[in-house]
Amino acid sequence: MAYKRQIDRLPIPPKDAKVHNVTCHYCIVGCGYKAYTWPRTKQGTLKDNAFGIDLSEQQGADGTWVAPSMYNVVKQDGEDVHLVVVPDKDCVVNSGLTSIRGARMAENRPSQVTGTQQQRLTDPMVWRNGTWQPTSWEDALDLVARVTARVITQGSEDDLVVSMFDHGGSAGGYENTWGTGKLYFQSMKVKNARIHNRPAYNSEVHSTRDMGVGELNYAYKDYEITDTIFMVGANSMETQTNLFLNHMRKGLENGARMVIVDPRRTLTVHTAEEIAGKENVLHLAIKPGSDMALFNAILTHIVDQGWTDKDFIEASTYRDGEAVAMDSAHPAGLGSLEYAMETCRTSPEEAAEICGVDAADIIKAAEWIAKPKEDGSRRKCVTCYEKGIIWGNDNYRTVGALVNVALATGNIGREGGGCCRLGGHQEGYYRPSDAHVGRPATYIDQLLIRGGGKVHHVWACDHYKTTLNAAEFKRVHRRRANIVKDAMDASATGTREQQVEAIVAAVNAGGLFVVDMDIIHSQIGQNAHVILPAAESNEMNLTSMNGERRLRLSEKYMDPPGQAMPDCLIAAGIARHMERVLREMGHDEYADKFKGYDWKTEEDAFMDGYHQGNPDVTYDRLRAMGNNGVQEPVVGYEGGKLVGTERLYADGKFDRHGREDKKALFCAAGWRGWQAPGKAQEQKSFRFWINNVRANIFWQNQFLDQENDFIQDRFPYPFVEMHPDDMAELSLNPGDLIEIHNENGATQGMAYPTDTAKRGQVAMVFGSPAGSQGNVVNPGVNELVLPDYKHTWGDIRKLADATPRAKAVSFKSKEYKG
Amino acid sequence: MKCKKLVDVGRRQFLRGGALAAAGAAAATVTPGQAKAAPAMAQVDYPSNRLANIADLKVNEPMDIEYPDADSPGVLLKLGQEVEGGVGPDGDIVAFSVLCPHKGYGLSYNGEDRTLNCPGHFSRFDVEAGGQQVWGHATQNLPQFTLRVDDKGDIYAEGCTDLIFGRPSNVL
Repeated sequence: MAYKRQIDRLPIPPKDAKVHNVTCHYCIVGCGYKAYTWPRTKQGTLKDNAFGIDLSEQQGADGTWVAPSMYNVVKQDGEDVHLVVVPDKDCVVNSGLTSIRGARMAENRPSQVTGTQQQRLTDPMVWRNGTWQPTSWEDALDLVARVTARVITQGSEDDLVVSMFDHGGSAGGYENTWGTGKLYFQSMKVKNARIHNRPAYNSEVHSTRDMGVGELNYAYKDYEITDTIFMVGANSMETQTNLFLNHMRKGLENGARMVIVDPRRTLTVHTAEEIAGKENVLHLAIKPGSDMALFNAILTHIVDQGWTDKDFIEASTYRDGEAVAMDSAHPAGLGSLEYAMETCRTSPEEAAEICGVDAADIIKAAEWIAKPKEDGSRRKCVTCYEKGIIWGNDNYRTVGALVNVALATGNIGREGGGCCRLGGHQEGYYRPSDAHVGRPATYIDQLLIRGGGKVHHVWACDHYKTTLNAAEFKRVHRRRANIVKDAMDASATGTREQQVEAIVAAVNAGGLFVVDMDIIHSQIGQNAHVILPAAESNEMNLTSMNGERRLRLSEKYMDPPGQAMPDCLIAAGIARHMERVLREMGHDEYADKFKGYDWKTEEDAFMDGYHQGNPDVTYDRLRAMGNNGVQEPVVGYEGGKLVGTERLYADGKFDRHGREDKKALFCAAGWRGWQAPGKAQEQKSFRFWINNVRANIFWQNQFLDQENDFIQDRFPYPFVEMHPDDMAELSLNPGDLIEIHNENGATQGMAYPTDTAKRGQVAMVFGSPAGSQGNVVNPGVNELVLPDYKHTWGDIRKLADATPRAKAVSFKSKEYKG
Repeated sequence: MKCKKLVDVGRRQFLRGGALAAAGAAAATVTPGQAKAAPAMAQVDYPSNRLANIADLKVNEPMDIEYPDADSPGVLLKLGQEVEGGVGPDGDIVAFSVLCPHKGYGLSYNGEDRTLNCPGHFSRFDVEAGGQQVWGHATQNLPQFTLRVDDKGDIYAEGCTDLIFGRPSNVL
């Protein structure tokens, strides 16, 4: 039976409720919401309320309505208050729309009154006497600093491994990336770092940057005024929902066509067809990993037909052959269009063979993208892409090949154009230079597996769910962490100094001392020796920018749970303790490097970091800009308003690569089949391609959703979409628990019959706590250590009949059938 | 005071940590002076409305209904096979609100796969699985009307499982 809330009325916000600006802290789109808070004993009425409407009347479609998921009771300045978080109709990003994620922000707050999110960490904890025991910040940070300082002074900063988020929204943002960045890249120069979703500290889109094209260069409204939307390896209806519904949809309704490249028939394909008609949507269901050959053929056809934007190419792109040679930091050469064409030239027929689609459809895609209109005018095209190629085959060259098409057609920096990644989290990166990390960066997971590193600081990352080669990583990480746990247990009755001695001896004998900063007790947190509770958006003020670089301040409206605090202040705490401990140890000069963290609030961290680089931007000014904020880069402050930049490169000057000539470069994207080691062999050895996909209902690795009844009722186990005939051959019924296995490991999920799936291809939801797809992904990465998560093959066997929970779930098609 | 606390705890457990410990207070303030509405009401008082007689229903042919009042459209369905929450001799009669709990657009019934579909933003709900959202943007499953069938085969609606779109209380 479906989950019933059994809630049939809600409190009404009174007219004098406090109103706070909220940017949804989940996906990159960053929809605007308003949070209303008011005292527990107060109440609005049907006629007199904060919304200023007569609530005794049934509201029509799109009317103001508070769903039960938009309500909670939270702590504000120590008092219980009512909370309602509703979409903001005046925000240009979402125009009052909600997603299944954002509309649950309120109910995903921790509340002692309603019992929600009681999994949130409330106290620092230290491994003591065989378990984690709550303690004070002073005690926990002292241990972190003593062990860390001892290890890096006995050895070097290379013995400290750091996993840290680099994103906005959630618990990221400019405040927290700065706090952590200052600690590890300024006070220290930590080289062995990695980012939350990949095993190194690197860009996911090195090539577009090397070509001069920053990956977020358009405005969302470009989708509304374009002629063609060219989407690759993305499923925006599910993962950037209101970008699709509020902007792409308007474009399609205005007559735009859409080309979608994805091996799978996604809900975005289906919905685009519903909106624009099948005749205006071209789905190129290519063979997995063959994107680059397709882009090269499209580019070749455009060049051969003379549909390139010659003026743009002449004025804004490099014209003199090779500009950057291929080397260990550049998996492809970069230069002029003609230079790139020497490598990229691919006929539609050749690409058809590689990609498994009709040559006529490749030509059709090229025409929709670039063939001039009948009056000779240029066709506008927005190009957008995400994990399908970012986490795909040959990341550098594939992304480069796609940007080539946008550059050749002059579709960057112009209305109705743009060539952008769609993004996952919001952005919110402001850190000191990471140049010391090097390029290629160290493959951190392999470093840890080989026994490298002695102390591991983990900031809001759960590699148990979100890394590749996860089965091996988990085995080794747990074993090394247990060496330290055993040493701590054995020295439990000793003094702090004796305990530190024991820990240091353990890490010198192959152990790993793990410090985990997070909002919940995560799966990797099971290996931690110190756990530090963090706050997230709206428990702190937090600034981020969305996928069109729209910067907003999402305001604090409630207290963090227990002793939890913002990551930037945790980082500052670690720094202060490092300074003290290093001074005690007699390392005065080193200790001095940890000065400059006397922040009392997250605003102090913001002013110390982002504001220094962007002196026009302050909290007060951002607050005044409300939910529409300002598009970065901010170029001034006039008439009481911050002045931003609607789209990048409008002047035809490209600077992301740092070249003085400000000319964009083309990428010599030579097709070479499977790039990452082991992929070709795995494909031959196993029956099913295991695509890893996202679903609108889950936010990332479900860290909050795993405790949300509505969500877990719908998918109690990670779904694996399979063709019904494949299921029949394996004697599987809907909801049966299945195991996916190969030479890398095994994982499990729930069979979900899907008519539109191709035979031999299954789609498993990524990042589930109940089945990590990363277990079966091999360690293969590209030259710059970008993982190819998307390409995994395995066999499938039945584990168990559908459980009662699974039997209660609907297994009908996810496609709208109006 | 002690009693009230116990009541609150009980309700909280009943809601499985859902959302609403403040429901009683809400009703009290909405209609000032009627303090009797405040204590521990599990749900608001619903009308008992006759929707149809079993004889009026044909398998898989949706019947338009209104519940709890004329501004709240719904659908009454006989599915032909027993479903959880179904009433009647065959355990196959169910009723749902047809206002999409995302943005309030009217849902349309697809008899082929027995779903209610939203033309607004493409959400869909499975009438054979208690109105579970198959895919969509709503943050709850479809409000299902609580039904009773009397000796004569008359079908009455007498409650609702979830908040209906566009209202702060199912009974306005």
